[in-house]
Amino acid sequence: MTQNQIIDRDYAGEGIYRENIIDHYKSPRNFGILENSDAEYMEFNPLCGDEATMQIKIKDNLIKDIKFKGKGCAISMASCSILTEKIKGKSLNEVKKLEKEQVYEMLSIPISPQRVKCALLSWETLRRLIKIYENKNG
Amino acid sequence: MQLHQSYKMELDVEKIRKDFPILARLLNKKQLIYFDSAATSQCPRIVIDSIKGFYEKHNANIHRGIHKLAEESTLMYEEAHQKVADFINADFEEIIFTKNTTEALNLLAYSLLNDLKENDEIILSQMEHHSNIVPWQQLAKLKKVKINYVKVTEEGKLNLIHLKSLINEKTRIVSITHVSNLLGTINPVKEISEIAHEKNIIFIVDAAQSIPHMKVDVKDIDADFLVFSGHKMCAPTGIGVLYGKKVLLEKISPFLYGGDMIKEVTFENTRFNDLPWKFEAGTPPIAEGIALGVAVDYLNSIGMENIEEYEDKLTQYLYKKLKEQKDVKIYGPEKRSSLVSFNLYEIHPHDVATILDSEGIAIRAGHMCAMPLVKEVLNESAVCRISLYFYNTKEEIDKFILALDKVRKVFGK
Ligand SMILES: Cc1ncc(COP(=O)(O)O)c(C=O)c1O
Repeated sequence: MTQNQIIDRDYAGEGIYRENIIDHYKSPRNFGILENSDAEYMEFNPLCGDEATMQIKIKDNLIKDIKFKGKGCAISMASCSILTEKIKGKSLNEVKKLEKEQVYEMLSIPISPQRVKCALLSWETLRRLIKIYENKNG
Repeated sequence: MQLHQSYKMELDVEKIRKDFPILARLLNKKQLIYFDSAATSQCPRIVIDSIKGFYEKHNANIHRGIHKLAEESTLMYEEAHQKVADFINADFEEIIFTKNTTEALNLLAYSLLNDLKENDEIILSQMEHHSNIVPWQQLAKLKKVKINYVKVTEEGKLNLIHLKSLINEKTRIVSITHVSNLLGTINPVKEISEIAHEKNIIFIVDAAQSIPHMKVDVKDIDADFLVFSGHKMCAPTGIGVLYGKKVLLEKISPFLYGGDMIKEVTFENTRFNDLPWKFEAGTPPIAEGIALGVAVDYLNSIGMENIEEYEDKLTQYLYKKLKEQKDVKIYGPEKRSSLVSFNLYEIHPHDVATILDSEGIAIRAGHMCAMPLVKEVLNESAVCRISLYFYNTKEEIDKFILALDKVRKVFGK
């Protein structure tokens, strides 16, 4: 990035706090603890101290259930809520192919470089969680 | 209006602000309000010009050339050491330029731990910046040296009774921050120095957050070593300072080896250079070093006592304003240096910082490089921090307090 681009870039600013994000942040979907989960993983973002734990239940290669718990900013928590909502019921293969860009699309807000880690906390947690599941059941 | 006038005092802040080109910048189409000087302060024009001037007129390596340019650059670089020495009441030989506070602390950890024995002990505190924890922690593991942490009281001060109880015949080093970069606490370094010296323990002061804001006198504190960074005191990045008592610097071994720090080299052996060069191996950041000297001149021209007095009033004003907010929790004692860390009830610091940024207000959010303090002592995952410098104003604080309403609005509070 050149200096001028940095100065001219239109900052997302408060525009990232769309109604949808605040709604998911205040009433997160799939928030809580899963009894008898098949795998569990906790991811930590040392930069800001955000953390998320996800648990999944898998049957016939389908995500039967998923829950998360965590502490963090509106973006990271809304992202967990939205992502878990989207993938519930999907096949493991589909979920494994999920790209970062799709997570940005789900959030449908402009993500500035400083907030990438927040936006992707859910995705990083999910990726590692699935690896753990596969290692256990591979 | 009277309050406003008496508030302005001797410092002509409007005039001072014109010295800092960046303060004229718009941020997100709003007038920049820079509240992150504890992370890095801004540079006045004379400091910026000195870097340009050096490269346009004097650029040459130091201590190496016979030519005129080398003579000039050497003189300028050495003069900067003298300015820093005078600034903290030290001698020329006692001032070593490093990259930053972190490098100075690494230097001390390597050089001092070298002489320690297994089961020796060192004392740090719970309110240290990572740079005054991690170097000791990693090397202590290798040397099997034990680290004890002085507890922080409920109010956010160092527990001196606990400090005294930690000292025993195995204690070799006490390394403590002068001002906490998160709590704003000003630690009684003179008293700690006496406590340590009674038992012949080496006392190190991390002055990264005090030097920019108050008069610091190494002889008055009787610090054995004292470290700070240029970039928090109006100088550029890439330059920091290690002060050490001459007798101690002569005793300890260098940390970096190479050119410039030698007197005589054979293929088998090396005689190290005189102080301070013994500790400055290789080509240093010359322009930055010179610029640090200019920053010291600049601070002196305003007067450290004036800066301290002005900032104290400004900080008290910020503290009072924040205290009035029912949903704000403040960390640290009331009597403090120029920063306030807080949380806005149930809104994550990152979200607070992002919304303030959209209002042109630059604050810090996170663990402030003091993760154990935030997580294990304050029981938070992150905090917001406003840090002030003498170029900030009461009007900026008022705008910030208003902007908090915007944060609440976004979150429907
Ligand atoms: C108290 C304290 N110590 C040490 C440091 C480290 O300074 P630097 O990053 O310049 O090495 C800082 C700066 O963040 C600080 O606030």
